[in-house]
Amino acid sequence: MPRAPIKSMQNIIDQSVNTIRAAAERKVPLHICGGGSKEFYGNHIIGQNIDMLDITAYSGIVVYEPAELVITARTGTRLADLEAELHEHRQMLAFEPPHFGAAATLGGCIATGLSGPRRASAGAVRDSVLGVRMLDGKGDDLRFGGQVMKNVAGYDISRLMTGSMGTLGLLLEISLKVLPLPPVELTLSLQMKEADAIEKMNLWAGKPLPISATCFYNGALTLRLSGAEAAVRAAHTKLGGEEMAEGAAFWQSVREQTHIFFQPDKSLWRLSIKSTTPPLSLPGQQLVEWGGALRWLISNADVDAETVRAVTGAASGHATLFRAGEPSAARFHPLAPEMMNIHRRLKEQFDPMGILNPGRMYPGL
Amino acid sequence: MHPLDLVTDLRTFLPLEAVLYESEDLKAYECDGLSAYRQMPMIVVLPRTEDEVIRILRICYTSKTPVVARGAGTGLSGGALPHATGILLSLAKLKQILEIDPVARTARVQPGVRNLAISEAAAPYGLYYAPDPSSQIACSIGGNVAENSGGVHCLKYGLTVHNILKLRVITMAGENLEIGSASLDSPGYDLLALMTGSEGMLGIVTEIIVKLTPSAEKAQVVMAAFDDICKAGNAVANVIGAGIIPAGMEMMDKIATRAVEEYVHAGYNLEAAAILLCESDGTVEEVADEIRRIDEIMKKSGAIEIKTSRDETERLRFWAGRKAAFPAAGRISPDYYCMDGTIPRKSLAHVLSGIERLSTEYGLRCMNVFHAGDGNLHPLILYDANQPGELEKTEEFGAKILGMCIEAGGTITGEHGVGIEKINQMCLQFSNGELKIFHAVKAVFDPEGLLNPGKAVPTLRRCAEHGAMHVHRGEEKFPELPRF
Ligand SMILES: Cc1cc2nc3c(=O)[nH]c(=O)nc-3n(C[C@H](O)[C@H](O)[C@H](O)COP(=O)(O)OP(=O)(O)OC[C@H]3O[C@@H](n4cnc5c(N)ncnc54)[C@H](O)[C@@H]3O)c2cc1C
Ligand SMILES: Cc1cc2nc3c(=O)[nH]c(=O)nc-3n(C[C@H](O)[C@H](O)[C@H](O)COP(=O)(O)OP(=O)(O)OC[C@H]3O[C@@H](n4cnc5c(N)ncnc54)[C@H](O)[C@@H]3O)c2cc1C
Repeated sequence: MPRAPIKSMQNIIDQSVNTIRAAAERKVPLHICGGGSKEFYGNHIIGQNIDMLDITAYSGIVVYEPAELVITARTGTRLADLEAELHEHRQMLAFEPPHFGAAATLGGCIATGLSGPRRASAGAVRDSVLGVRMLDGKGDDLRFGGQVMKNVAGYDISRLMTGSMGTLGLLLEISLKVLPLPPVELTLSLQMKEADAIEKMNLWAGKPLPISATCFYNGALTLRLSGAEAAVRAAHTKLGGEEMAEGAAFWQSVREQTHIFFQPDKSLWRLSIKSTTPPLSLPGQQLVEWGGALRWLISNADVDAETVRAVTGAASGHATLFRAGEPSAARFHPLAPEMMNIHRRLKEQFDPMGILNPGRMYPGL
Repeated sequence: MHPLDLVTDLRTFLPLEAVLYESEDLKAYECDGLSAYRQMPMIVVLPRTEDEVIRILRICYTSKTPVVARGAGTGLSGGALPHATGILLSLAKLKQILEIDPVARTARVQPGVRNLAISEAAAPYGLYYAPDPSSQIACSIGGNVAENSGGVHCLKYGLTVHNILKLRVITMAGENLEIGSASLDSPGYDLLALMTGSEGMLGIVTEIIVKLTPSAEKAQVVMAAFDDICKAGNAVANVIGAGIIPAGMEMMDKIATRAVEEYVHAGYNLEAAAILLCESDGTVEEVADEIRRIDEIMKKSGAIEIKTSRDETERLRFWAGRKAAFPAAGRISPDYYCMDGTIPRKSLAHVLSGIERLSTEYGLRCMNVFHAGDGNLHPLILYDANQPGELEKTEEFGAKILGMCIEAGGTITGEHGVGIEKINQMCLQFSNGELKIFHAVKAVFDPEGLLNPGKAVPTLRRCAEHGAMHVHRGEEKFPELPRF
């Protein structure tokens, strides 16, 4: 990847500091812009005369040493470029983030905290985050965590920033743990009912099997095996099932929501629940991922938010209105009052003037 | 509030033996695993239920009494060091495993449960709790959460933060927070990560849901000896460069190897400048494949001797040496001081040679054990506390090692925490702006500053006073040290 001169990168930071300070002074909300690929996700920013704070020019890899298993990159870096660079060294982002478009940036990936099919076996975005450099709502340039695997000095602000939707700070640089690409991947398909699939996925997750992704849809359980050739073959023999020829394309379609299940014109709910929960009875169609812990719901008839939230809540989980034609319901699951209190107080500390993506996550944050 | 009034209040709902205030009873609690720091608490309380924890905290909150939590007291940074006018809150009696869900692969436990006890309880289901600190027979899961503890297998299986799903936390004001859930993520900010490693500064953990991992079918370890520490360091990089994430990857230098060999007879090569232990686990097929590749890489990297464990007994014997490093240090020296810096692995040779120079300069021996896979270095400085001035010299030596770790782009603590021990080094690693954020986070959870006061995050004033040593991120790096 071409590397921009350090000086112009510092200029971008200086400008962002000025933008934030000016906005704080005038109490003008700022909309932090990555690539806009996940613009559909979350709530609208609340306020008048919203200013844009575009971070896409702050891009490029800062340090990447494959033998250290760590990459540090600027948040405007396109996710596709970052993954291409890792690929060249036969490494990957373990959490397999969805891009939802070519413009997706690292900043948007970390700020939304969304992980893909490998999540149940290799961890979420936050599990790979090692360190951040950020500007808080006062424009202070701060670094937390670091570029090493283990670091317990100070509170874990890096992971706190992950998934905070840009409401606590402008992310500038991120250090991530990376993993080697598995030598072999193989996709299997088994015909069964949803209840059996959920049972099987949980059972197999408790065995030492190299399963790296699972998906149930329309009577078929699809499994991905990853690892050494011999291990993958042995697991195939144990599990049975048909080998799927276009396995990689299948997982790509689940990850990027181009799979036939995801109909862009309908409301899409993301239900994150305890993996052993039996099939949820809700109107509409469902697709199951993450060993049963993630259920996607497409609803024809507008299923009401309260019902969805009650059903997921009862399954020790939460529901997010992931995509919606009309932003009718609040997108994110409501927080318990004492938790909301903690969130508000954290927001006040990181962004005292309330100018960073206000309302993007919850009103008042 | 007068101590005796406090005792009276506490005894309205706690039995006599759960409230200690006589000095002979308090003595056992005056230090944690870092015994160089000692302080008697005013009162020790031993609640048996969460409800008792809440009532204790409410009393302390109203009377503005400082509270220090304590698990098993194995911490190595003075995190559980008592407060002179405070209460030491021992969670040791909350030691029930409340539920094991073998299908969902989770365990719900109380904070006083020992780390190893969880794995023992999960074993009948073919599951275990992955993070395995060397202290796992003694340390509590609550302490693990508070320190974000790791173990020899954490490169592959993660630290505490990667292996817990949910916490119940009681704030200083006595409020109950449910953080995380039995599902894989939760709405809102990642408070689960924020609580993990917060060193008893933000709240008292009263219940934990941990993830359980399926036990591997097989594990095998390769022990490789090198005549040069750089070669050993390169071997580590070569293994990872080949796309292998070993289940464990540990290094020991010559002094460490000799000390443990004499003690446990693990079969280590005494001529080696460094020993590497590299473990593979997984399915039988996976392990066979990986061990073959590791063996090849060790050869190519110039190992002078390679042994592969042939059975479980031999595997455990190879590990016994590494696991006995601390007691072995205790055998060859009256006292030892364990450091915990983390560095990018490529700086290993540089940092080790720096440590060697400092060792000569201070006239103190130092043995190095190293979680080589993830760059976490544990230099053990050997000293004699009975020799006047030797502890001070040791601390100075240690501080310089941590300075080198920061300079190398690493951190002052990989897994043992800041506690009271590394409070000054925090001024080196973080700017005032960053420290202010830490104080702000503390204030969100504990505005009165009553939980574990004076630990983990230094005041800005302290850093200013510590100014002589205050260098930040290479602006003015240890000018007194030779460049190497
Ligand atoms: C008048 C107008 C016209 C527009 N026209 C178009 C258009 O034609 N096409 C189009 O795609 N979009 C368009 N947009 C949307 C706009 O481009 C997006 O809002 C912008 O690209 C921001 O994308 P995002 O923040 O959602 O980025 P994503 O990368 O999708 O980011 C997702 C989330 O992460 C946050 N985030 C991203 N980077 C960081 C960071 N470094 N630090 C902290 N938080 C971060 C974002 O604030 C957001 O909450 C338009 C907007 C306006 C107001
Ligand atoms: C021989 C030896 C080997 C070790 N090896 C390792 C190792 O390999 N890896 C590693 O990471 N560490 C290791 N340690 C350090 C230590 O065992 C860990 O830090 C451990 O997690 C501490 O647990 P504990 O129950 O003893 O906690 P304590 O020492 O009692 O307390 C530690 C901190 O946690 C807080 N705390 C305790 N319980 C709670 C609670 N319920 N709620 C809130 N705060 C609480 C205390 O206030 C204190 O700040 C080792 C220690 C020894 C002595």
